[in-house]
Amino acid sequence: MQYTSLKKIRVIISIVFFVLITLVFIDYRNILPEEFAKVVLYLQFIPSLIKFINVLSLSVIGFVVVLILTLLFGRVYCSSICPLGVFIDIVSFISRKLKKKKRFRYKEPHNLLRYFLLAVTVIFFTAGSIYFILLLDPYSNFGRIITYFVNPVIILINNGVAGILENFNVYTIFPVEIQSIRFELWIYPMLFLILVTWMSFTDGRLFCNTICPVGTLLGLLSRFSWFKIRFDKENCTLCGRCTQVCKSDCLDFKEQIIDYSRCVECFNCLPVCTSDAIKYTYKKIGDHNTGDTKIKVSSLLNDYDKNKRKFLTLLLSVFAGSAIGSIKQDTQEEYKDSTVPEEKEFPVTPPGSLSIRNFTHNCTACALCVSACPSNVLQPSFNEYGLTGMMQPHMDYHTGYCNFECTRCSEVCPTGAILPVPEDEKTRIQMGIAKFVKENCIVHTEKTDCGACSEHCPTKAVKMVPYEGDLLIPEVTDDICIGCGACEFACPTTPFKAIYVDGHSIHEIAKEPEEEELEKLMGEEEFPF
Amino acid sequence: MKRREFVRKSVGAGFAAGTVLAFGSINNLFGKVPLPYSPADLVAVKGGSPGQMFDRGIEALGGIEKFVKPNQTVVVKPNIGWDRSPEQAANTNPQLLTRIIEHCFKAGAKEVRVFDHTCDVWTKTYKNSGIEKAVKDAGGKIVPGNTEGYYHKVDIPKGVKLTSAKVHELILESDVFINVPVLKHHSSSRLTISMKNLMGVVWDRRFWHRNDLHQCIADYATYERKPDLNVVDAYNVMMRNGPQGVSVSDVVNMKTQILTTDMVAADAAATRFFGSNPADVPHIRKANEMGVGEMDLEKLSIKRITI
Repeated sequence: MQYTSLKKIRVIISIVFFVLITLVFIDYRNILPEEFAKVVLYLQFIPSLIKFINVLSLSVIGFVVVLILTLLFGRVYCSSICPLGVFIDIVSFISRKLKKKKRFRYKEPHNLLRYFLLAVTVIFFTAGSIYFILLLDPYSNFGRIITYFVNPVIILINNGVAGILENFNVYTIFPVEIQSIRFELWIYPMLFLILVTWMSFTDGRLFCNTICPVGTLLGLLSRFSWFKIRFDKENCTLCGRCTQVCKSDCLDFKEQIIDYSRCVECFNCLPVCTSDAIKYTYKKIGDHNTGDTKIKVSSLLNDYDKNKRKFLTLLLSVFAGSAIGSIKQDTQEEYKDSTVPEEKEFPVTPPGSLSIRNFTHNCTACALCVSACPSNVLQPSFNEYGLTGMMQPHMDYHTGYCNFECTRCSEVCPTGAILPVPEDEKTRIQMGIAKFVKENCIVHTEKTDCGACSEHCPTKAVKMVPYEGDLLIPEVTDDICIGCGACEFACPTTPFKAIYVDGHSIHEIAKEPEEEELEKLMGEEEFPF
Repeated sequence: MKRREFVRKSVGAGFAAGTVLAFGSINNLFGKVPLPYSPADLVAVKGGSPGQMFDRGIEALGGIEKFVKPNQTVVVKPNIGWDRSPEQAANTNPQLLTRIIEHCFKAGAKEVRVFDHTCDVWTKTYKNSGIEKAVKDAGGKIVPGNTEGYYHKVDIPKGVKLTSAKVHELILESDVFINVPVLKHHSSSRLTISMKNLMGVVWDRRFWHRNDLHQCIADYATYERKPDLNVVDAYNVMMRNGPQGVSVSDVVNMKTQILTTDMVAADAAATRFFGSNPADVPHIRKANEMGVGEMDLEKLSIKRITI
């Protein structure tokens, strides 16, 4: 009986985490308080680990909590806290509902593949590349799936409802612009989603125990967990019910062994046992369990399936290919027919990211900032940072501009790629500098007033100065420009802008705009007409 | 969708008729009940709070009842373009809006709606300008202007460069249209007053910037659905670094307000507060030439009120 409630508790905690994390990602109206994301994502292993390495602060030791939890209770992180893990459970649950007779059976682990992927991820990360974490981290992949595929659908529904309500003059639900993430960027998250869905539909937690580096890492620890699922050999009637419900395929009732490196503490096996032969306890029952597993594991290394080897080779060649392709990292130029193209030396990284280096080394491309940005200026990059940085967001001033006092991205970023910035400092962070191209400017080409750039400039770094006749033309004061991109966004020229922001590789601090006394223009009481 | 179709098709004829009707009734009013004073073309008020000045100004124009009839819908179009605090005077004064809405309801308005097609993120500008709260507290309805779907194409037959535009449905649907610009310096259009404020009722503003901004502002001012009343908020006036301003040091507490049905007259009078000549602001000159209104203040009967 107590085990039924244990499983229920696991399910409830899982749902709570899943719903809260999903809410963080679909909060397109920024309704949730600023602290919400920070609290909800505190325990996410990879973001917390990266942030800790980045800022060395005790306030971000969520990953330590996870490690301790794992040593105490096993891989409860994978079971309940990881949003992708819960997603996998949901898919697996649906597959079992569809195929009533579906039963799990004990299978050998794909050790070579999982340890290889973990090793590659760790080695690359130690060498300073976040690339494999970006590709494999379950949290970041979940975030991308929500931001890229779920958010547009939710916003579409929102807009449909808004359209209906509008007819009744109700405007509490209003249309929101759907972020147009370029198609090429869909490829990886889409393939990933298909892979994960297929693996979990056919074989439960196969992904978590084969591909996921976090799962593999915690699996190394969970062998030594205090609490474990343990067999009581004497009571066991070899009925096999436990194995049939084990979605990690790690429980062999015939040998009465449990592969703790793969057990995610889902507690499915506990309530189905009718003979009290399986327990979740810190007490050892006999001493055959761990020993058996160890022997088993080592022997497994030598005889894995040949088909799986092919699969592995294919997968690795894909990763290796992209890794090699990514070594060359150059700035990009656009080639379109226009008089003077924009020549950006560097992409623009969000305020609080400090430098391109800090940003690209710490961003796992979870896309939370992309979905949270109220101005739609943060967009996943294609090759702005080179191919290793694909999907890491950049400031795209063709889709929007950075709101002067907004610090939303820095508040939500869980990895420290964008560090928190106080509001008054934000207005002086110089992410880049506006470059004016007179040859493209309306005032120069059409000989008419425009000034859209200066109008949108929050610091008046772009000022209108006398030009031919009565015309005014923009001029940039570099040291008070913050590179927010308002001028670039507002500039009406096509296809190339007459003013654009070239990013800084390292962010600087802009000067405060000067304040002068206003001359008194008129008397107190008279009307000037 | 059907409603939209209807709006689009009936807009031309419907509003022309509606305007005639409105003016007809105003004339009747004058015919039947002679006012104790000759109605002014333009009322300028000085020295009070935004609300006080509106009370006195609208009274001198013949009262709000002249513009708003019982059971009518009203759209109020302030400037809510920028994510700035009320002190920075980048947006219309919220207190003034509160008072205007109160007057509309006093006259029996069924509904008062407020919107702007903002430059900065609209949810932020509505909130931080203090306007969202002011409107809601006064019983008005705050409406977004952020999506193209709200805008419907209309023809501007008298336009030179701008011959059609997509206009917010509230402008097309509402019985009464009150334009409430804030007077500011403006880097693009030199000054922004009532005609420039109407840039916030259309969808595609980049077109204006590409195709002779001043001409487009004057062109749109020729469009038949003109504001029934313009209230120029010159309580706090941004004298430089417009339209956003850099700090409060750009702002002068001028404590003034201009009320008139003639946009060109409103803009001409407001221009004088900057010490400028209306003819030197190209869009005012052009609108005057196109017959939108009168920029020669000598030709207008002006009522000046000092509180």
